[in-house]
Amino acid sequence: MANDLNIIGKPFRKVDARAKCVGQTKFADDIVLPRMLFCKMLRSHLPHALIKSIDVSKALALPGVFAVVTGKDFPIPYGILPVSQDEHALCIDKVRFIGDPVAAVAAIDEDVAFDAMNLIEVEYEPLDTVSSIDEAVLIDEPRIHDYGDHGNVHKKVSLEFGNVEDGFAEADLVREDVFFYEGNTHLPLEQHAAVAHFDSDGKITLWSSTQTPHYVHRALAKVLGLPASHIRVIATPNGGGFGGKSDPFNHEVVVCKLSMLTGRPVKVTLTREEVFYCHRGRHPVLMKVKTGVKNDGAITAMHFQSFLDGGAYGSYGVASTFYTGALQTVTYDVPRYKFQGLRAFTNKAPCGPKRGHGTPQPRYALEVHLDKIAEQLGLDPVEIRRNHLVAPNTVTANYLRIGSMGLGTCIDKVVEGSRWKERFSWDQSNRKLPFGKGIGIACSSYICGAGLPIYWNNMPQSGVQLRLDRQGGVCVMCGSTDIGQGSDSILAYIVAEILGIDPFDIRVVTADTDLTPVDLGSYSSRVTLMTGNAAIQAAERARELLVMAVAEKLSVPIENLSLAERRVFDVENPDVSVSFAEAVVLAESKFGTIGTVGSYTPPRSPGKFKGSGVGPSPAYSYSAAVAEVDVNPDTGIVVVERVWMAHDIGRSINPMLVMGQVEGSVYMGLGEILMEEMAYRENRNVVHKFPSLLEYKSPTTMEMCDVKTYLVEDPDPNGPYGAKEVGQGPLLPVPPAVANAVYNAVGVRIDEVPITPEKVLRALKDKSRGRTGRFGPGSVPSVDWPDPLRVLTPAEGGDGSEMPRVAVHS
Amino acid sequence: MPRYSKKHISFRLNGEQTEVAFAPHKTLLEVLREDLNLTGTKHGCELGECGTCAILVDGRSILSCLMLGLDAEGRDVKTIEGMASGAELHPLQQTFADLGAAQCGYCSPGFLLVAEELLKKSPNPARAEIQEALSGNLCRCTGYIKIYEAVELAAARMRGEEVELPKESIYGLD
Repeated sequence: MANDLNIIGKPFRKVDARAKCVGQTKFADDIVLPRMLFCKMLRSHLPHALIKSIDVSKALALPGVFAVVTGKDFPIPYGILPVSQDEHALCIDKVRFIGDPVAAVAAIDEDVAFDAMNLIEVEYEPLDTVSSIDEAVLIDEPRIHDYGDHGNVHKKVSLEFGNVEDGFAEADLVREDVFFYEGNTHLPLEQHAAVAHFDSDGKITLWSSTQTPHYVHRALAKVLGLPASHIRVIATPNGGGFGGKSDPFNHEVVVCKLSMLTGRPVKVTLTREEVFYCHRGRHPVLMKVKTGVKNDGAITAMHFQSFLDGGAYGSYGVASTFYTGALQTVTYDVPRYKFQGLRAFTNKAPCGPKRGHGTPQPRYALEVHLDKIAEQLGLDPVEIRRNHLVAPNTVTANYLRIGSMGLGTCIDKVVEGSRWKERFSWDQSNRKLPFGKGIGIACSSYICGAGLPIYWNNMPQSGVQLRLDRQGGVCVMCGSTDIGQGSDSILAYIVAEILGIDPFDIRVVTADTDLTPVDLGSYSSRVTLMTGNAAIQAAERARELLVMAVAEKLSVPIENLSLAERRVFDVENPDVSVSFAEAVVLAESKFGTIGTVGSYTPPRSPGKFKGSGVGPSPAYSYSAAVAEVDVNPDTGIVVVERVWMAHDIGRSINPMLVMGQVEGSVYMGLGEILMEEMAYRENRNVVHKFPSLLEYKSPTTMEMCDVKTYLVEDPDPNGPYGAKEVGQGPLLPVPPAVANAVYNAVGVRIDEVPITPEKVLRALKDKSRGRTGRFGPGSVPSVDWPDPLRVLTPAEGGDGSEMPRVAVHS
Repeated sequence: MPRYSKKHISFRLNGEQTEVAFAPHKTLLEVLREDLNLTGTKHGCELGECGTCAILVDGRSILSCLMLGLDAEGRDVKTIEGMASGAELHPLQQTFADLGAAQCGYCSPGFLLVAEELLKKSPNPARAEIQEALSGNLCRCTGYIKIYEAVELAAARMRGEEVELPKESIYGLD
């Protein structure tokens, strides 16, 4: 089949690449409308306080100011998840973190808006703050929110698949480790921006730098009190997203309201500092993992606990919490598994989904933990992984259905490429590499789209509409949002493949709620798989109409017709043909105007228990990485010299774009393990340490490592042409591979991300004094966990339902 | 209402003599984007930290967020809109587009102009020289690798060499 493909698998340029290289791509802040006003938002300088009064009179009196709004203009709450409708566009009675917005102005220009913002007088009554997971668990009052599990605990979950105690009893070794993964942020180079225009028909259009126009549409309909059909959301090309533009944001709601009040277009462009306050980035997570293993490394049971510092709002946090416990089971066989997770509210910028959503933290913990187990058992870190892989086409203990599984091949590739066997040894006294040089391995997996939508319903998660015109023009419309990953191009490649035309013949219209069928958005690595399948369906339906009309015209059996090189021809006699444009004319003459649709709904998950909604996916991608590091024992500086990365992509729709995603993922993982920290001052003011691009350290060209990439193609039956995801998965093994390599280099364990020079030096000093040579957290908070929801595993004959809670009779 | 009387400057912009009036405190970045509607120049921080707003002034790369518009008087300014020759893309624009060096594309204008400056000075730069030259520009999407490859391929083409990108850059290693 592969040989029959003309477009799929070829390194075509992206359909929007030229515009991006000549400065013609219109990002949100590039939109300028006549009579447009500018919005500035006044944000709280206190981390936790009651709002006693707001006086906007001086701001309103400033010449050039057209409107000022406060929380009372936005009484209806919203939020991305149905269970966390806890945000107001502007705070009503209290502020919950530094940066929480309390008022907004619309003025003739940005300078006037800025001055007006500073004329707004807010009287606050400060409240005690909650600044860490430990504090949130201990401090019940004051509560940051009046909902959630209790006190400042937002959510607790407890699930057990099989009996882990039985598993630990069978084990030859039971090991327990504690890890901390600091929060970090997306840092897209484009700051969020939005333009709202309330037009003369009483309808509103919002252009916004968002990854999820559909959810913004929903939130606006709820908050603005307009019918959804009177609201149009257009996602502009995102100047980087990485998950940071996936929530409906207060500034989007505010500019809509200001436009409705003033009758003029209103633009907001956040400053870089404000982007740090929008955040929704990687949760800081404290983790404890306990695993029982046989002497050969086979896992008998695993118990994983995670504690998430959620920041001030719910955002995606409930899903993030489940994700910290969902994917431990999909790489190596885990026959019994228990997960307990807790998300805390704190007075910090809210956390949410960042590339890998909730899974890089546990993956780091798991892969370092496994390394320690391997050393304890005297096993090679490669073998402990390679010998116990989850089998393809199986269902895990927590009811995730695995399809294709190329991790074994991935491991083989990076082991061979890195010359692992010649270079790795546990024995520090008989090193194969000089002291200070080390290699480490880690593996991972990621979902290709969430099996369930955020709002549970029976409708497709992705829709595609195709329009063919009599000039041979093809327009593909889809709600998906291109955030740089190439989702617009994927649509063009797939439609071009099926219709036998050139991808650049196709007009792609996306991310416009008036024009395009719903696609849920660019998150959870869902876009290629879901829009790809929808595009295949729409294009095959159009192809069907074309070949029926052409077959009649040419008197050729339908099954003899093929579409390629802008022609429809008889495969047995290629000279018998019509051009693609002629084929459309024939079809339009026969059937009328040619338009088709396609849609995609993921298969049902086998899990039926409460909490089974997070983790299922149509397919899982797999990655294996080996990192090579140089650690300077005098300075503690870690230089990652090279990463070998093998990624099981299923099939590359465009290998060049896949390579770009792999390299970008390695880069982002490198930033997380070495330097990136969304950190706050360790006093009770909960001030962000460095909300700027200079001080928030991210890798430049000077820190980026060499990457040796292998693409493993093991087509998955659920993927379009077998394709799986690549945008997020290859980030996951990078932090633990580097951490394991650091240990190999200098013999210290840094069980806390990022691995900064200070931590390495402290661990080395500790070791030189005869101690363990470990830097990391010592324990997790003591928590009253609810009784776990118990589910029999498939191996135990379970059907995916939770077991009835048995009453204890006295 | 606007509280500043506008100041007027005259300078060369993308090869054309240009006149513009603007509030005197504006940065060149703001003048280009807001008063001349050349939105190809982007902003990532407006504090001189990210390189996104880089343009060429008298052939040298500068951060337009750190230069006052008034200081452009009489200077020769080149933005991304002036990089192509008519409809014909600069070789760097061609390779950035073709190799996927522009993912989200937001940092691309800055990278392209800094790379153009580099290749003028050094037509056959080593990888380390490219890294050094581009070290003031942040990209969050690509991991920089496709950018290096695009610069190297454009440089080779500009030297008149017929080169292909290594197969592993597109398909990975076997």
